[in-house]
Amino acid sequence: MSEISRYGLYSVSKQDWSLHRKGPIDQQRHKEKIKEAIKKNLADIVSEENIILSDGKKTIKVPVRSLDEYRFRYDFNQQQGVGQGDGDSKVGDVIGQGQPQQGQGKGKEAGDQPGVDYYEAEVTLDELASYIFEDLGLPNLEEKKQAELESEAVRFTDIRKKGIMANLDKKRTILENLKRNAAKGNPRFGDVKDDDLRFKTWEPEIKFQSNAVVFAMMDVSGSMGDFEKYIARSFYFWMVRFLRTKYTKVNIVFISHHTEAKEVTEDEFFNKGESGGTQVSSAYELALQIIKERYNPADWNIYPFHFSDGGNLPWDNDRCVDLVYKFIEVCNLFGYGEIRESHYSLMSTLMSAFSRIDNKKYVGVTISDKSEVYPALRKFFSTSDADKARV
Amino acid sequence: MSYDFESGNVSGSGQDDRELRELGEAIEECWDIAKKFGLDPFPTHFEIVPANIMYEFGAYGIPGRFSHWTHGKAYYRMKTQYDYGLSKIYELVINSNPSYAFLMEANVLWQNKMIIAHVLGHTDFFKNNAYFGHTNRQIVESASLHADRIRHYEQEHGTDAVEKFLDAVLSIEEHINPNIRIKSQAPAPKEDEVKKPYESPYADLWELEDRKTAQEREKEREKEKAIRKKYPPQPEKDIVRFLMLNSRELDDWQRDIMEMVHNEAIYFLPQRQTKIMNEGWASLWHQRIVRELDLSDGEFAEYAQLSSGVLSPNRRSINPYYVGVKIWEDIERRWDNPSDYERTVLKRPGGQGKQKLMEVREMDNDVSFLRNYLTKELVEDLDLYLYEKKDNQWVIVEKDWEKVRDGLVASMTNFGDPYIMVEDADYKQNRELYLKHYFEKTPLDVGYAEKTLQYIYSIWGRTVHLETLVDNKKVLFSYDGRNNTKRAVN
Repeated sequence: MSEISRYGLYSVSKQDWSLHRKGPIDQQRHKEKIKEAIKKNLADIVSEENIILSDGKKTIKVPVRSLDEYRFRYDFNQQQGVGQGDGDSKVGDVIGQGQPQQGQGKGKEAGDQPGVDYYEAEVTLDELASYIFEDLGLPNLEEKKQAELESEAVRFTDIRKKGIMANLDKKRTILENLKRNAAKGNPRFGDVKDDDLRFKTWEPEIKFQSNAVVFAMMDVSGSMGDFEKYIARSFYFWMVRFLRTKYTKVNIVFISHHTEAKEVTEDEFFNKGESGGTQVSSAYELALQIIKERYNPADWNIYPFHFSDGGNLPWDNDRCVDLVYKFIEVCNLFGYGEIRESHYSLMSTLMSAFSRIDNKKYVGVTISDKSEVYPALRKFFSTSDADKARV
Repeated sequence: MSYDFESGNVSGSGQDDRELRELGEAIEECWDIAKKFGLDPFPTHFEIVPANIMYEFGAYGIPGRFSHWTHGKAYYRMKTQYDYGLSKIYELVINSNPSYAFLMEANVLWQNKMIIAHVLGHTDFFKNNAYFGHTNRQIVESASLHADRIRHYEQEHGTDAVEKFLDAVLSIEEHINPNIRIKSQAPAPKEDEVKKPYESPYADLWELEDRKTAQEREKEREKEKAIRKKYPPQPEKDIVRFLMLNSRELDDWQRDIMEMVHNEAIYFLPQRQTKIMNEGWASLWHQRIVRELDLSDGEFAEYAQLSSGVLSPNRRSINPYYVGVKIWEDIERRWDNPSDYERTVLKRPGGQGKQKLMEVREMDNDVSFLRNYLTKELVEDLDLYLYEKKDNQWVIVEKDWEKVRDGLVASMTNFGDPYIMVEDADYKQNRELYLKHYFEKTPLDVGYAEKTLQYIYSIWGRTVHLETLVDNKKVLFSYDGRNNTKRAVN
């Protein structure tokens, strides 16, 4: 653009900036960095209270610390600042609480930027779930005979001499015509005969989908404290989310138990507390009964998971072990998660009874800390056997 | 589309025509008034841009600067603040010759008049202040060449490799030497001080006769070690440059990136060093130029509101516009109408206000400006104070004018960044890098320092140390490629 200005001293112009994209592109890269950071911090994020309790909210805020721009800087909590009052400030006046904004002072014309100590990223729950379960699937998924027709896609797979005109494959038809003419010593296109025509044909593509059902069982007795319930809740929160996003046909049966077990809704499962003692076998029996009535192992992949604090009536343990073996006969995987508030507390009698079970279809973990929910999820849902070493 | 000042002709569509013509006239008007006041700005090109472009340039500091996620982060933050109505950039001006000034598309004419007047104050300052004397006046061209080269390196060596390296270099971008043109005068240690005296191959036989104990001999060897040739001979302030020249780990493209980051950091220094003066100067002149313009009463009322918003005090930091303009006005008043003391003792004749303003705008930077011209009356009048954190509350701790002034000046030492030098590039005779923080008053942010050491390690390739004070004790922070460690030293 040529421009003439008075005395060559000043000029003014307005250009078309609509194709200028640098800022948004680098902003995109920043967003990717946030995603990377979230993935690195999944163990902490998975058990964030505001996520687990965020009923229905689609977008959640996740604090991400690693996007700081590290450099040598002063500890601003120990730094004196200079400020300006309204005219009557005195020594001892309080001018603020907590952290003041720290100027970055990079000499940019826009003035001092408020320093951000951590960046709060906004992500949707589905996005977060997709990071967590990126490489996970339902383990030991077997092809059961009852395949459901999930989608009917059309795919052109073959070429035939007969067909409807709409599906004429022109390229192949011309080639055939040229070949035939050339064979007659006249290599050119023309004089198309029925014999030259070629048609594309298709086959309906049927996707077979295995069915799976998950039995979510949880101890809701008095011995399960807030912490234990919270952990179980975090785990099932993600499990439900995972299954519902990854597979279209997954049934989930929620069973809560104390000395008796009953089938409940998802909402009741997560939100209702009960009191009383614990008899784990009651839940297992109910689950097995439901399997018998509604989920024929020939048609369904079955995944029972049970969370408990390990407190069980001692004479019930052997019965539980027997029932786990029954599960193993009909299920793909049986998961048992024991929540203990301390790493140092002893293994429960139930866990030690289970630890004698030697079968790759049994997976047991203990969780003593919020950050262990994520490894537990990965262990349950890892599709490779290598990751599934027994506890 | 452009506006031709000689013919008054514009090529382009109708609405834009009128806008440009009006702006052209406004610039002309402001320019003439500025000249009348004795300002001497660089030739200035004004460009009207939409908000997102304004924020992009604001975030990058220079239009067309290289891509990096930190720029994207700044852009996002600025744009969000604008979208939520938290803050707005009215003007953006680039120190170059000709200078580039950007006006927001949505500004109305009277806003633009104020901004044009403000811009002329800046471009006058850029042209005439000594600290800008050596800046690269083709920075926009340089920055876009840098951006091209960096993009090229991304293609050649992968985006991740380039980004990682930039992360590391940008973490130390403040640690450069602004006085790059001043050669070190300190003599390097003489060669023969370092050389050992001649020793015959059989010299150790004499030691059999020697009465010296093994311990003493050990001590002598230590002494010899101490006078080994030191590198760098003098502590080196410019860490970026030092690593660029001396690291054995770098490829050519990496050295090139360091050079580019260094150049751009040098360019930003004078702006960081004259923030209060420069903003004050531009505000002083925009006020005076706007007063000469023919604004309607309504426009003037709106202007006054905007202007006082920009010039409002801030409880937790210095508003450079406000404090700057007050000091400039005070200087002019005291040189135009000196007090009795100034007249008799300092022999100041009076009537030299304008002359003094021009002199100070040429000679000073913020540190000398505050030290020389922030008076007792001003500190008290502006109600300035020092504050610090006490039990999670920020409390005013000092109102005494000299201490407040000194505190303000101290906060600007080394541009407000910790002063860190390369002491030894062959620490433990193992090519480990020894950095020393020249402690003033405020301790470092330890978490940040440890992360920064990791970055420096990635450039230097061997263990990196940083000596500083924590709780008034000397502490050495180190990173060896695997772990951050910390130990007390004597």
